[in-house]
Amino acid sequence: MSNKDIGYDTINLGHGSGGLMTRDLLDHIIFETFSNPYLDQKHDGSIIKVDGEMAISTDSFVVSPIFFKGGNIGELAVNGTVNDVAMCGANPKFLSLAFVVEEGLPMGDFIKIVKSIKETADRAGVQIITGDTKVVERGKGDKIFINTTGFGKVHPEAHISPYKIKAGDKIIISGPVAQHGMAIMSQRDGLEFESTIESDTTNLNFLVNDLLDGFGDKIHLFRDPTRGGLASVLSEIASDTELGISIKETEIPLDDQVAAACEILGLDPLFVANEGIFVTIVDAEVADAVLELMKKDKKGARAACIGEFTQEHPKKVVMHSVIGGKRMVTPMIGEQLPRIC
Amino acid sequence: MKYLSEYRNLEATKQYLDLIEKTATQTWNIMEICGGQTHGLVKNGIINLLPENVRMIHGPGCPVCVTPLNLIDKAIELLEKGVIVCSFGDMVRVPGSKKSLLEAKANGGDLRILYSPLEAVNIAKQNPDKEVVFFAVGFETTAPANALSVLHAKKENVTNYSILVSHVLVPPAMEGILDDELCTIDAFLGAGHVCAIMGMKEYYPLVEKYKIPIVITGFEPLDLVQGIYMALLQLEKGEYKLENQYSRVVKEEGNVEAKKMMEAVFEIADREWRGIGSIPDSGYRLKKEFLDFDAETKFKISSITTPENSACIAGQILKGIKKPHQCEQFGKACTPSNPLGAPMVSSEGACAAYYHFSNDLITS
Repeated sequence: MSNKDIGYDTINLGHGSGGLMTRDLLDHIIFETFSNPYLDQKHDGSIIKVDGEMAISTDSFVVSPIFFKGGNIGELAVNGTVNDVAMCGANPKFLSLAFVVEEGLPMGDFIKIVKSIKETADRAGVQIITGDTKVVERGKGDKIFINTTGFGKVHPEAHISPYKIKAGDKIIISGPVAQHGMAIMSQRDGLEFESTIESDTTNLNFLVNDLLDGFGDKIHLFRDPTRGGLASVLSEIASDTELGISIKETEIPLDDQVAAACEILGLDPLFVANEGIFVTIVDAEVADAVLELMKKDKKGARAACIGEFTQEHPKKVVMHSVIGGKRMVTPMIGEQLPRIC
Repeated sequence: MKYLSEYRNLEATKQYLDLIEKTATQTWNIMEICGGQTHGLVKNGIINLLPENVRMIHGPGCPVCVTPLNLIDKAIELLEKGVIVCSFGDMVRVPGSKKSLLEAKANGGDLRILYSPLEAVNIAKQNPDKEVVFFAVGFETTAPANALSVLHAKKENVTNYSILVSHVLVPPAMEGILDDELCTIDAFLGAGHVCAIMGMKEYYPLVEKYKIPIVITGFEPLDLVQGIYMALLQLEKGEYKLENQYSRVVKEEGNVEAKKMMEAVFEIADREWRGIGSIPDSGYRLKKEFLDFDAETKFKISSITTPENSACIAGQILKGIKKPHQCEQFGKACTPSNPLGAPMVSSEGACAAYYHFSNDLITS
């Protein structure tokens, strides 16, 4: 698969026309790459057999830059939706894949993204079974947007719900915070800074499945702290219960380099986006065993128990600071904006 | 980050908190000047760890908070004229009289969020057919970089670059606060980074004139509790002098090179402070020889005036007369997602700091 097969170096409006150019693009790039029995039927949609409870989740990906340290928009589009389905306590099997491409995108970039989607999907054990490609005029998009929808069967032992959370439940995070957001920030126009921080984007479905196999209904909730970061996710969970959350700043895993970048840019790592970690709320009696299991997996090697649910300060998240003070943790309001000085 | 973790040490902080508790025999009101210090106090939960009789009053040192409404409206007007407006991040969400810069961007304005004004000069070079304006907001801390950008643009003959100046100075604001008859402040924590640029010279006359202790203080938890302790020691002994807690950064003479640049480009002028009003000789304007780089002159926008929202008591907050949660609008009509005034917008603003980090944990 190369630019030669398509005959064009860039994507243009014709590739979204529905005519022969679209056909060429689909045949040479999409169908060739993702070939599987569902997609190969070449229907308008795919027909799948369903038994039992299914989880469905959809997400759109508009990240800029589209290639960044540790990943690209395609990888994100697969992992992001796979993880959202996994957070429902389900094992994702199928993905839909829709592109909105701005005319002028180099064909090489498109191919690179498609290949990356295929590799990421293979790693996560999901198949692309339906999709769409649209092309918009220059200036009407930002290189490429991707929407994916994931489908997966809910784990038979899963009982994931904020209503199951009770006082004393432990809050465990699977890895260090703020890596993805700071990787992106370090490459944004006008804000570039030298760093080796890489996005943490990865699929979490197998680790989630292992936890459900091992601990079943003792796992009360999964949530991935993507946009809005850890602070926003914890605030949301607290507001869904009648309990308060108490966390310790010293227990939250954070890499030195990421901490330094946040410090310099005046950003709070608790508000910075993540793509490859999750928070799980578990019964206190299994917390140690959950941590042990997670730490055996590369994706949970730096897991930590960061706090617990309490009867005090209902619906509020309180963080015990490094120096022994307390502060409220509130959800992020809009985009986190760098401070002046 | 070792240089930071040492100043976030639990044991050392506790020792100072104990000393503070033992030292304070009566109620003292101490104002931290800088928004960064307010942020540090609230974010680390220090306010709740101080004894009740040591009261921190949050000063006007948040550049975003004191930038007058009409300057924001001017920046928005430039954006709507098709000018590329570059700004520090936390300025863009501050509401002007009708909208914020962020909303003007959503309506099609070309707004760029930058960390350095020098980057704005680069943008001007890359866009020779467009005008580029940097929104030069801030205290003495941001003035050197803004001055440098003008010098740089002049040297490289970048004629499509200019700055919208809203520079204010700390010492005149301190005088303004002390001259207010409602002022109850017993001591100041001086703004560490401002003094890193300007040095200590300007503060000796203030100490003498108002017989008030000033301790130039840093921003980390240990800096803050040590600065508070140093101020308390003076107050309890009935002394008043200028002390430097932040000596690892602040030198007596300040940053001589930075001051030279500022003096080359700027001159002292009266300035309007949001919520406080006009304070004589309290800010900078560009010198005559640099007026080609003055956006207000270049685009003839200097006549826009805008009244403040009457429900916002930013002035009383910035002078330390009221605490954010004593405002009737706090957390009700005024929240970070719908701010009535600037102190609720910037993370350094006293109201936003209270809202984000302490909320109803703060009871006093």
